[in-house]
Amino acid sequence: MALYTDTVMDHFQHPRNVGSIKDADGIGEVGNAKCGDIMKMYLKIKDNVITDVKFETFGCGSAIASSSMATEMIKGKTIDEALAVTNKQVVDALGGLPAHKLHCSVLAEEAIKSAIKDYYDRNGIAYDHSKFPDCTSCESCRMV
Amino acid sequence: MTIYADNAATTKMSPAAIKTMTYAMEEVYGNPSSLHTVGQKANEALQNARATCARLLNCDPKEIYFTSGGSEADNQAIRSAALMGAKKGKKHIISTAFEHHAVLHTLKKLDQEGFEVQLLDVGPLGTITAQQVADAIREDTCLVTIMYANNEIGSILPIAQIGAVCKEKGVLFHTDAVQAAGHLHIDVQAEHIDMLSLSAHKFHGPKGVGLLYARRGVILTSLIEGGAQERGKRAGTENVPGIMSMATAFEEACAHIDENTKKVSALRDKLIAGLSKIPHSALNGDPVNRLPGNVSFCFEGIEGESLLLLLDEKGICASSGSACTSGSLDPSHVLLAIGRAHEVAHGSLRLSLCEWNTEEEIDRILEAVPEVVARLRDMSPVWQELLSGRRQFIL
Repeated sequence: MALYTDTVMDHFQHPRNVGSIKDADGIGEVGNAKCGDIMKMYLKIKDNVITDVKFETFGCGSAIASSSMATEMIKGKTIDEALAVTNKQVVDALGGLPAHKLHCSVLAEEAIKSAIKDYYDRNGIAYDHSKFPDCTSCESCRMV
Repeated sequence: MTIYADNAATTKMSPAAIKTMTYAMEEVYGNPSSLHTVGQKANEALQNARATCARLLNCDPKEIYFTSGGSEADNQAIRSAALMGAKKGKKHIISTAFEHHAVLHTLKKLDQEGFEVQLLDVGPLGTITAQQVADAIREDTCLVTIMYANNEIGSILPIAQIGAVCKEKGVLFHTDAVQAAGHLHIDVQAEHIDMLSLSAHKFHGPKGVGLLYARRGVILTSLIEGGAQERGKRAGTENVPGIMSMATAFEEACAHIDENTKKVSALRDKLIAGLSKIPHSALNGDPVNRLPGNVSFCFEGIEGESLLLLLDEKGICASSGSACTSGSLDPSHVLLAIGRAHEVAHGSLRLSLCEWNTEEEIDRILEAVPEVVARLRDMSPVWQELLSGRRQFIL
């Protein structure tokens, strides 16, 4: 289908890091079923490094591809590096997304942040709350 | 091999329709308004096509107005009835919640212009009764517009009964028959239909052509001003090849309705029976009064666009009412109208068959869909929550 780039289709058809992590150190979930997109991200973190990451996604092709790409981009990276990942970087890595699918990449960025926030909360690590916008701040959900 | 199961979106043209179209392009190139021989040949072909369409609907050729398709016909029918009503101070319009957007968006505009639009509830099966229409009709009702059959979920509505109610109450009745024409027997006289829209590409005819039937006495409003074509109600040089080809396709389709219904509904029922075996799934639409080719399901825990992409990878062309395929945030208004929850409506799949589909294709679809649904459920956090009991199953 010409709707998506070859990279998007590759990550959609062969998603990397699908699944869950039983003893995850941080779990983030963003989106809602009513909107048609939910991303759940599981992180294993050791010495400030993301040693493993898995995801589960309910959503369209670009939501699944964005999740897959986002997990690849943060695997083996430090927490700070993962927090620096933006939705635009996810889109660029995918070779672009149609305009009305850009919110899928926003969800991917927020899923990473949400999982890291959970890790911070579990371990009593202080952080700047303003840097972790909750998912409902995005326009997509506000409109529902 | 591609399996085309999206015939409600559009159909492949029939060889006969293609033949007529290429013949028209090569031989009937005149302008029907020209006085010379070449022009008059085109005019004759145009009138023959009009006569054919009129015969198939059981109306007079003068009651047929060719349009660019179903949407234009819907717009013109509704606008015309509204204007006729407004002149008499009647500004109440009755329709249903699950009409095509060509109808709903026209009604929305009329609502903004001061008309009162009442959308009847279509219930969980996606149908209405003639009684609901009778109960809704008021002194100031100027139009009842109700689709013949629903494009997404396949329900066939009791048009003849609704027509009888409208006739008795003296209210104009329009039906969007885009999904029905060429697939179901239509008789505008017997069914008391005042206006009817149809589109050629839904019955193996070409795209960009359709017609509006408007009973004598209905004063049509032009949407396009210009020359005197179509009795002054639709300006612009006629799409002669398209119209001729539509007439060929319509005649061919109507001649085979019974035989096609038998064949296609058998394929449909096999597909419905097979897909029903997928756990936590549900058929959408009326299981009995149903278009021969329509199969519409919701699968819990997954999203429709990803389902379509994976089916496409397997060579199966289908459609969905999920938000992601509609380009908006809401899933199909039709699925919401029959009471499907948003999260369930996102996981919808429509397979629409025609007489060229085969039993082998149905078998392949029945192999592919359960596999793809399972694959998507495996990676769906919603499905995991349903399985663990943290979320309640709806289907």
